[in-house]
Amino acid sequence: MSNNNASSSLASAKRAVRQLRLEASVRRIKVSQAAADLRQYCLQNASKDPLLMGVPSSDNPFRPPKSCSLF
Amino acid sequence: MRSPLSPEMATQEVPLNETLAHLKTESETLKLKLEEERAKLHDVELHQVAEKVEGLGQFVMKTRRTLKGHGNKVLCMDWCKDKRRIVSSSQDGKVIVWDAFTTNKEHAVTMPCTWVMACAYAPSGCAVACGGLDNKCSVYPLSLDKNENLAAKKKSVAMHTNYLSACSFTNSDMQILTSSGDGTCALWDVESGQLLQSFHGHAADVLCLDLAPSETGNTFVSGGCDKKANVWDMRSGQCIQSFETHESDINSVRYYPSGDAFASGSDDATCRLYDLRADREVAIYSKESIIFGVSSVDFSLSGRLLFGGYNDYTINVWDVLKGTRVSILFGHENRVSTLRVSPDGTAFCTGSWDHTLRIWA
Repeated sequence: MSNNNASSSLASAKRAVRQLRLEASVRRIKVSQAAADLRQYCLQNASKDPLLMGVPSSDNPFRPPKSCSLF
Repeated sequence: MRSPLSPEMATQEVPLNETLAHLKTESETLKLKLEEERAKLHDVELHQVAEKVEGLGQFVMKTRRTLKGHGNKVLCMDWCKDKRRIVSSSQDGKVIVWDAFTTNKEHAVTMPCTWVMACAYAPSGCAVACGGLDNKCSVYPLSLDKNENLAAKKKSVAMHTNYLSACSFTNSDMQILTSSGDGTCALWDVESGQLLQSFHGHAADVLCLDLAPSETGNTFVSGGCDKKANVWDMRSGQCIQSFETHESDINSVRYYPSGDAFASGSDDATCRLYDLRADREVAIYSKESIIFGVSSVDFSLSGRLLFGGYNDYTINVWDVLKGTRVSILFGHENRVSTLRVSPDGTAFCTGSWDHTLRIWA
């Protein structure tokens, strides 16, 4: 193994360790709290979600057949 | 016990090997620690938290428009902020801008390469970006004059050393984020073509990216052939979080509307949801009967529905909270390669290897 190979493996090993240290230090919250927030967001915004609620044809530009232009 | 080495070799080789071994051990220890820390907070499943939430009824979603005009596989599409225009790109090198309401083609450009795998609409609606096997991302200002040759005003912005897999304007027409088969992502200044930041960390081709909703700050997520989804800080170039639970290439990543989570779609036939604050996967959307890869995913406006375009020509619609499939949509006659919900959430568009795009609502 040449010195070049050894030093580039060393460099990438150092990078990997630095990266893992960074990721390990991330502050985390419990899944129960994260999940509750996701649920709340969905429920709070549900009424404004056209694909979820279905929107009357008159309000959805894509639902009626191609609109006629009036000249 | 050290072997008899010359003094010179002793100082160079022995410390190097010891440090390498030490680093590898630390690496393994850190990986285990990461898993442990994540597991400690895994106190419940998302679908359990959603048990009391009302189930979703039957969905009636149909093809409302079919956009025909591409001569080969549609590979990518993007909506304009005006909620009616769409840009799409194809294997035959053509990039087309459509009015989705009327299905009229407004502009068409022929790229100098085939397999235009990426295209994006500028926030202003005045330009589109695209690229693919040419390893570049080019910006075309859209002219009001339909007769003007768009190719004449083309601006080459990004240069990678392998194919361009995805591109996206940031919150202005001035910067573009790209991902490439060369394993990197990059941020570019459109006007000067200058590289502003590069993002290294994927071990293989990067296939997709998505920018965090503007309120959440300067981050984006990328997915690649190394089965990893990485979250990046755009200013520092640092990878701040990494997730590796998929069993194959990640073809698509999309932020949840609140910015606190993102979904991914993979060749392993599953879609997954990762919560950024819990720093872990919180849901898997899969069924034994679904064995073909997911090419693209997107959320409905409230984040309750996740749409997935699959290689078996279908679209599966998932209840994000409960983890169940609520609908399966048929229509395309070949793989669904791209899928985006419109900016106001009234419809979603799919592009397919069957040469067409469809608008569903």
